[in-house]
Amino acid sequence: MEAFLASLVSVAFHGAALGMILYVISVGLSVTMGLMGFANLAHGVFAMAGGYVLTTAISRFDVPFPLALALAFAFVAAASVVLERLLYSRLYTASDLEQVLFTIGLIFIAVAVARFIYGTLQQPVSLPDYLKGQFSLLGRDFPTYRVFIIVFSAVMVALLWFGVERTRWGAMVRAAVDNRAMAQSVGINTKRLFTLTFALGSGLAGLGGGLGADIIAIQPTYPFENLVYFLVVVSVGGLGSLRGPFVAALLIGIADTACKYWLPQYGAFPIYVATIVILLWRPAGLFGRRA
Amino acid sequence: MSDHAGGYSADPRIRRIESLPWIVAIAAFFLLPEYLSLGARILIYVLYALSLDLIVGYAGIITLGHSAYFGLGAYVAGILAAKAGISDPMVQLAAAAAAGALLGISTGAIILRTRALTLLMLTLAITSVLLEIANKATGLTGGADGLSGVVVAPILGLFKFDIFGKTAYLYCLLVLLLGWWLVRKMIYSPFGTSLTGVRENTLRMHAIGAPVYWRLVLVYTLSATIAGVAGGLITQTNQFVGLNVLSFESAGELLVMLILGGVGRIYGAFVGPVVYLIAQDQLAKQFPEYWYFGIGTMLVLVVMFARGGLLGILDGVLVKLRRRP
Repeated sequence: MEAFLASLVSVAFHGAALGMILYVISVGLSVTMGLMGFANLAHGVFAMAGGYVLTTAISRFDVPFPLALALAFAFVAAASVVLERLLYSRLYTASDLEQVLFTIGLIFIAVAVARFIYGTLQQPVSLPDYLKGQFSLLGRDFPTYRVFIIVFSAVMVALLWFGVERTRWGAMVRAAVDNRAMAQSVGINTKRLFTLTFALGSGLAGLGGGLGADIIAIQPTYPFENLVYFLVVVSVGGLGSLRGPFVAALLIGIADTACKYWLPQYGAFPIYVATIVILLWRPAGLFGRRA
Repeated sequence: MSDHAGGYSADPRIRRIESLPWIVAIAAFFLLPEYLSLGARILIYVLYALSLDLIVGYAGIITLGHSAYFGLGAYVAGILAAKAGISDPMVQLAAAAAAGALLGISTGAIILRTRALTLLMLTLAITSVLLEIANKATGLTGGADGLSGVVVAPILGLFKFDIFGKTAYLYCLLVLLLGWWLVRKMIYSPFGTSLTGVRENTLRMHAIGAPVYWRLVLVYTLSATIAGVAGGLITQTNQFVGLNVLSFESAGELLVMLILGGVGRIYGAFVGPVVYLIAQDQLAKQFPEYWYFGIGTMLVLVVMFARGGLLGILDGVLVKLRRRP
């Protein structure tokens, strides 16, 4: 019984860490898809880029870990602004098919560039000493790195929710998600809002990719391999919402960890089946606004 | 839209120019005997792309999971040949078609009730489920090592699969001819026109009383059947099945081929795989990094500047030439 309880706590803990990472990465996708209706399959590219920025900053330039995280966010956010202005913005009115193809094209390019610069091997992450080792709580030991992930992500989530629910910028975003034409006609500069929101979402993805580099391996195939997970989070959670993807990400993180722990012979099979069932039951996701 | 796109008002008679792909295919058989295995692969991908064009180009269903039906066909043919000892190619192909049809109608009936991102996600999830099954059911599929020991008897007991790939090439060509005839017939029928209607304006099709959902389920099933046949063919010509037939990359690659040729036009599905697979054969092994970079760039450029694909560009050139006095 004690052993079962221990494994239950362990699965919940590791699952929560994975779920938090998935949320920080995917929340931007949910907002950009809800806000702009843009099917951005290349969102994982931003997360991968964040991971590479972090690992390179630490291993080549001896940048301290917190600063490397900030760099991952800033670098990816800045790069995404350029991409959004140059390419994405031209396709806001294009069909879903064209957006899907364009973003698959971006994935191919990113995979090739990553392989060209870094090779096919997984990037090792050298964590600082204070994130190694164990952290004792209520008589149990938890890996410090994962505790840090959960706490740090929780702070980010709180900031994000505060920003969207309580600030003027957040009110503008919510207005534009609900009714873009109306928001525009009351004088909101939706174009600039899109660019800013896109940059924030991509920056968060970069941050999540860097933060989770030790959990979701940073390698050139990252955007392909994890695409399904990010899309599951967004579609199960519901587009345009903040709460939906949070619940979905935690569910998926914990379910995935539980499956790997107790049912390794089935792989990710139960996750996919659960996704199918949930989407058939609620096509707009658990917290979706549109039916 | 060009008149190759079909539709109710288009003349359904076969034009002279439409014999060109078949002349090229037969010429290739005699002139390029050392490339016949690549040729057979191209023919199979043309059939596969044709099936995708039906749903993406004509019915406007966006899918990232078409490899589910291709992969299922490949595995069904492979398992029959390697595990059940059924070596007759016709039986294998029929089984692959039936499996594709069955999966097509059962999944189509469920997922086609949804739209946009949800639909996209469901197609992806279904393929992922199949990939996971193929990966884990090692006793049946060989798992990550792939399924080898595929035995294919002579076709109709007469034509043996030779090491030069002559039989395989002609066999694939015949199956493709049949598939092309079927697809063409359908596109030029009222049914094909109603599909285009659904793609262009679903609400209006509902308003005029068209059974939109059933039309979509029907075309999806048909497309899955053809994809299953293409999968069966790839197993028979390779005599091996690997997990990659079900991968997301393979579904993506197929989309790339179709876009390159031109979506929503029957011969786009011919041009795309030919150009793509020949380029891949010549370039991909020497420059793998540049290859993916090139595909990605090409996709972005096509979406930005040439939405009709190569055939769309050709159309534009022809129109300009004709306008000149």
